[in-house]
Amino acid sequence: MAAVSLRGIRKSYDGGVPVIKGVDLDIAEGEFMVFVGPSGCGKSTMMRMIAGLEDISEGELRIGSRVANDLPPVQRDVAMVFQSYALYPHMTVAENMSFGLRIAGRPKAEITEMVGRAAEILQISHLLDRRPKALSGGQRQRVAIGRAIVRKPKVFLFDEPLSNLDAGLRVQMRVELTRLHRELGATMIYVTHDQTEAMTMGDRIAVFNQGVVQQVGPPMALYQQPANTFVAQFLGSPRMNLLPARLLLQGSDALLRVDGLGDVRLPAPPQRGIADEVVQIGVRPEAFDLGAEGWQLTLSLIERLGDTTLLYGALPGSEAPLAVKLADAGSPWNIGDRIGLRPRAGQVLLFDAKGQRIGAI
Amino acid sequence: MSGDSQRGAERRARLALYVVHGLLAAFFLLPLVFMFVSAFKTDEAQLLRDMNSLAAFAPVGQLGWGNFAEVMHNTPFVRAFANSLLVVGVTVTLGILVNSMLAYALARLRFAGRNLLLAVVIALIIVPFEAIAVPLLLLVNELPWFGAQRGWLDSYHVQVIPFIGHAFSVYLFYQFFIALPKDLEEAALMDGASRWRIYWSIVMPLSKPVIATVAVLQFLARWGDLLWPVMVVRGDTFATLPLAMQTFFGQFPRQWGQVMAFAAMATLPTLAVFLVFQRWFVKSAISSAIKG
Repeated sequence: MAAVSLRGIRKSYDGGVPVIKGVDLDIAEGEFMVFVGPSGCGKSTMMRMIAGLEDISEGELRIGSRVANDLPPVQRDVAMVFQSYALYPHMTVAENMSFGLRIAGRPKAEITEMVGRAAEILQISHLLDRRPKALSGGQRQRVAIGRAIVRKPKVFLFDEPLSNLDAGLRVQMRVELTRLHRELGATMIYVTHDQTEAMTMGDRIAVFNQGVVQQVGPPMALYQQPANTFVAQFLGSPRMNLLPARLLLQGSDALLRVDGLGDVRLPAPPQRGIADEVVQIGVRPEAFDLGAEGWQLTLSLIERLGDTTLLYGALPGSEAPLAVKLADAGSPWNIGDRIGLRPRAGQVLLFDAKGQRIGAI
Repeated sequence: MSGDSQRGAERRARLALYVVHGLLAAFFLLPLVFMFVSAFKTDEAQLLRDMNSLAAFAPVGQLGWGNFAEVMHNTPFVRAFANSLLVVGVTVTLGILVNSMLAYALARLRFAGRNLLLAVVIALIIVPFEAIAVPLLLLVNELPWFGAQRGWLDSYHVQVIPFIGHAFSVYLFYQFFIALPKDLEEAALMDGASRWRIYWSIVMPLSKPVIATVAVLQFLARWGDLLWPVMVVRGDTFATLPLAMQTFFGQFPRQWGQVMAFAAMATLPTLAVFLVFQRWFVKSAISSAIKG
């Protein structure tokens, strides 16, 4: 196990195009850190720099107590599981898993024992003589993880390892990876663009966008207190509703005025000075109470998912519809019905003109 | 009704295709049939008579192994065959190693002048051997090493070394390597493999189709080459099959049966190589076409 420390990490490709624009991050020993963000945000590049597959243009990378900027991949004591699995097609499972150990010149008996133990942990002992083409997607994934485990690295790197699996297998492997992390107690860095994986697997999440870490923290903290509108909208499905709004203080109350929807009265925020800075509010789809009063919304789409119901209604002047999530599966509404909405007190996030969260009411 | 006419049209189209395939097959196979059949005709007078009719392609008249026995005992066939095997075998083996290594460097390593080198390699493909044959002869005639005397003429290495580096082989390997997934090599890098180990343990085992293609193309070119041996070899000691055959063909009185037996035995390895490697050869041609 080793901690990983990133200090002022920058990456530019030939021609000076910046991909990573200064990342500072500390990953503790034994922590499961998830890098999440949309395609092209720099999360995979960041991981490849930690692995040693990309040069670091600027900044300092420490793995354990050593500065690792210029160390070749094998000396960094990290192992990586690739999105494509990257299993050597001409080698058997056992040969795939033992390739690194053979290069390191370990004794044959030790290699056999280490491969056997890793195969046992991953329940692939019966596959050791097969070639990768004779394995299913899930089995290939296990072999790729096994190849990483046998080397007993200090840090595991996972680059979107589940994205090639079907939905059912993805859930299963998600659970198994979490179990594996518990069993091995190793430091793991996991790159994904899937917010469900990020929310369910990580001890902490680092949300990337345009080469910058937008926010780092435990999953629920990011979900409930996003630092800005990007994080707010990236985590959660359906996305958080962002509404242009003004906050008018009236004694101990605040009047929330949303263009096209009208006013709703809520308790005023403790920091009264921020009222003038509010230009946008964010309300999670599950943070509404329904009734006759409040904002009036005409339903344009209803999705019944079995355990929950999603209601959508067009917002005047906005392309994105307002989404409401109900835990009640048997909701009586139909398209075209009008409903009254009230955001729950304490669950309305306030954002300033730069999209930064400045409070909540 | 329209279904019937459509089926009829499909049948006619398939028939036409078979006819075209049959004609093409006959076009390529008939010379081979003529050669093999004639090699077994031991009566020279009958063989000459048959050449004026379709009987030239039929195993008729007096047949036997006599021509082959004559060639084996009275010509330097065995020596020339061994020379050809040695020269072509070494050229193809070293060619695969050297050309694939250059192609791998061009495909994966970043170094100054890489693009220029690649452009030069591609440009060299269009230069025919005939254009460089005379300068090459003058060059090898002056080269030292390999013994005390100056000049490489009349040796094995003069028939091997100039043909190891082959621009088209480099290009074929390069095309194949750039299409190989980089993840595999990066995984090997993470496993601690050196560049050499990656090339040898990962890249080359995955490159069987292109190795087969290069081997077949180089084998065919070297096995049948006459121009260079004529220029650099004198006598039977280092002569390869085409040169030995030309010498034998020029002797009088010319025995056509024996000439055909000589040619048939010289052709067999070519056919064997093609039959063994054709599966990979075709696969490589198809995959390179798809990958563009």
